[in-house]
Amino acid sequence: MDYFLTEEQVMIRDLARQIAEEKIVPQREELDEKEEFPWDIMKVLAQSDMFGLFIPEEYGGLGKGCLELAIAVEELSRACLGVSTTYAANALGTYPLLLYGSEEQKKKYLPDIAAGKKLVAFGLTEANAGSDAAGIQTTAKLEGNEYVLNGTKQWITNGGEAEIYTIIAMTDKSKGARGASAFIVEKGTPGFSFGKKEKKMGIRASTTRELIFENCRIPKENIIGREGMGFIVAMKTLDNSRVGVGAQGVGVAQGAFDEAVKFARQRVQFGHPIISFQAIQHMLADMATQIEAARALVYSVARYIDSGAKDISKASAMAKLFATDMAMKVTVDAVQVMGGSGYMREYPVEKMMRDAKILQIYEGTNQIQRNVIGQALIKEAAKKK
Amino acid sequence: MNIVVCIKQVPDAAEVKINPETGTLIREGVPSIINPYDMHAIEAAVQIKEKTSGKVTAITMGPPQAETALRDAISLGVDEAILLTDKAFAGSDTLATSYTLSKTIEKLSPDIIICGKQAIDGDTAQVGPEVAEFLNIPHVAYVRKIEDIGEKSIRVQRLMEEGYDVVESTLPVLLTVVKELNEPRLPSLKGKMAAKKAEIKKWTAADIGADEKDVGLKGSPTQVKNIFAPEPKKDRQMLEGTPEEQTDALIKKLMELKCL
Ligand SMILES: Cc1cc2nc3c(=O)[nH]c(=O)nc-3n(C[C@H](O)[C@H](O)[C@H](O)COP(=O)(O)OP(=O)(O)OC[C@H]3O[C@@H](n4cnc5c(N)ncnc54)[C@H](O)[C@@H]3O)c2cc1C
Ligand SMILES: Cc1cc2nc3c(=O)[nH]c(=O)nc-3n(C[C@H](O)[C@H](O)[C@H](O)COP(=O)(O)OP(=O)(O)OC[C@H]3O[C@@H](n4cnc5c(N)ncnc54)[C@H](O)[C@@H]3O)c2cc1C
Repeated sequence: MDYFLTEEQVMIRDLARQIAEEKIVPQREELDEKEEFPWDIMKVLAQSDMFGLFIPEEYGGLGKGCLELAIAVEELSRACLGVSTTYAANALGTYPLLLYGSEEQKKKYLPDIAAGKKLVAFGLTEANAGSDAAGIQTTAKLEGNEYVLNGTKQWITNGGEAEIYTIIAMTDKSKGARGASAFIVEKGTPGFSFGKKEKKMGIRASTTRELIFENCRIPKENIIGREGMGFIVAMKTLDNSRVGVGAQGVGVAQGAFDEAVKFARQRVQFGHPIISFQAIQHMLADMATQIEAARALVYSVARYIDSGAKDISKASAMAKLFATDMAMKVTVDAVQVMGGSGYMREYPVEKMMRDAKILQIYEGTNQIQRNVIGQALIKEAAKKK
Repeated sequence: MNIVVCIKQVPDAAEVKINPETGTLIREGVPSIINPYDMHAIEAAVQIKEKTSGKVTAITMGPPQAETALRDAISLGVDEAILLTDKAFAGSDTLATSYTLSKTIEKLSPDIIICGKQAIDGDTAQVGPEVAEFLNIPHVAYVRKIEDIGEKSIRVQRLMEEGYDVVESTLPVLLTVVKELNEPRLPSLKGKMAAKKAEIKKWTAADIGADEKDVGLKGSPTQVKNIFAPEPKKDRQMLEGTPEEQTDALIKKLMELKCL
């Protein structure tokens, strides 16, 4: 399919693909096996300006939008979702600054982020606050010129590896969701430490850790936006980044599909390559159709966001929901097409299937996406009356 | 530091086939790439620039299509590019190529000139040293490491069959480089965008003040009579076993053949 990408978008896709094929594919198995953070690859991405893609030019970036980011994320995901999660979570952590940061904050942080000198992480989730993000218990108390943070964030991607953390904490518990605020916390701040590195089913090149705040003092200027805006910051951040999770789904599914087709042409049973069997062809046909439908939705939503649309929650939830449910199904089917070989670690599809599962869980589970879409439908219906 | 890198556009070796009748390369439809050794030359030049500031100019002599190689070089961090292209340059052998490159380099007065060890198509490994001779400056071939660069001198490691030499030279100097030197980077997005917009200077024999009788076919004493792939030697025998067994078998064989 031709999505009428601009010359620059094609250039971004080709370079991301080259990085994926030359630098990620040869390493992905070992990164998965050793659960190793992909610093080498992050350096390559930095040198290739990939971290600056969605950051405005005045802060050293390339000034591109969601679509370009989605294209890059898709290509990296085709090779390894662990690596692409590391890259995409960096964007997730940067959105609060991009969307709500002050001019001083942007000047201070964005150039290093664009250059890939500093990685970013986003800290919302806690042990008792997953889908119910309003249940967060980490507090930030203003004392003189400083906020004092206390509490623990759980399962934070890039935790420990990143230099910059955007954190949601309660400044006024009595106000509930309206009492949350967003902050910038730098690694190395006294009172800020990291918990254990989680052992995961998939995306094992990506690091997931606890962030622990014990009387961690940060300058008052590190608040993003105003007190009480924390949830708006978090929700708008997720609205923007979710389409990227959709792009991850398209990428990993394409990667698994390509492997399945290659295998099906070579594998001979009953005297014929298995791709000649209609049952296999139909599976591949469904996979290809689903991938293309998801890609079309993801690109359209990314373009819609880039157009400056205000209300993007429903659209971005749809892109994430559809593309990641698709990715789970397609990666499972890729294993099926390849039979026992698909199940073996010698081939990459079992990893892709393990990896794909996370996409239905993080940045809001797919049940929560359906809730978001459902609530938007109710609102729209009420408006019509 | 002002650096000039000489690059050559070559057919992608992985895709080249040889015409069995004429023994020449079939170039039609084969994608062109920057000579792989020259990728290391570019990387070295860009690294030196990043450390010392300055400018990297890439030059190539070739047909108009060689412009793409220069644009690729810009996407990798090269600042300026010059394409030496002129009908008069056609048919250059290594002497004429080196003369043409050296006349160009004279105009740019660089501190360091970097070439690949050899081109994967021509394969002579002569151009680098010949350019240095024309320029009457020192050269170090097969550089595997740049240890130090001073204001007026440079210290490098030269790859030898066993181990390496440490060589110090005054500047300006010409280096030819081997793959051990570095790992060429991938292009950057900003580099690619710059490459798309960059103006590639095109210089002719007149622009570099070259003497017409010294360029192209006229300036090339080499005459190609025939190009062929040598027949593989047929009656060969591989000896196996421990080194002792192999030497014993070898001596026996040589005595059989009355060589000993
Ligand atoms: C590998 C990994 C990386 C992560 N990275 C980050 C990160 O960088 N930053 C960050 O802040 N968080 C991160 N998270 C947290 C992630 O966003 C949460 O795990 C996710 O939002 C779900 O929360 P939970 O795991 O607590 O599930 P729960 O909320 O406990 O949900 C359990 C189940 O109940 C369902 N459920 C819950 N509520 C409802 C409801 N109202 N209606 C219908 N179904 C419901 C869920 O869909 C799910 O199936 C990460 C998680 C993982 C596993
Ligand atoms: C036997 C023989 C016959 C040939 N016949 C012809 C012929 O009839 N017609 C014809 O057109 N060519 C011919 N050539 C090709 C031509 O002579 C060489 O390609 C050219 O002189 C460069 O030599 P090389 O490829 O061996 O480069 P090498 O000496 O192996 O290259 C070393 C380095 O020099 C630099 N370099 C080499 N060439 C260039 C260039 N053009 N621009 C910039 N930098 C460069 C690069 O840094 C390269 O890594 C012939 C070559 C040989 C060996």
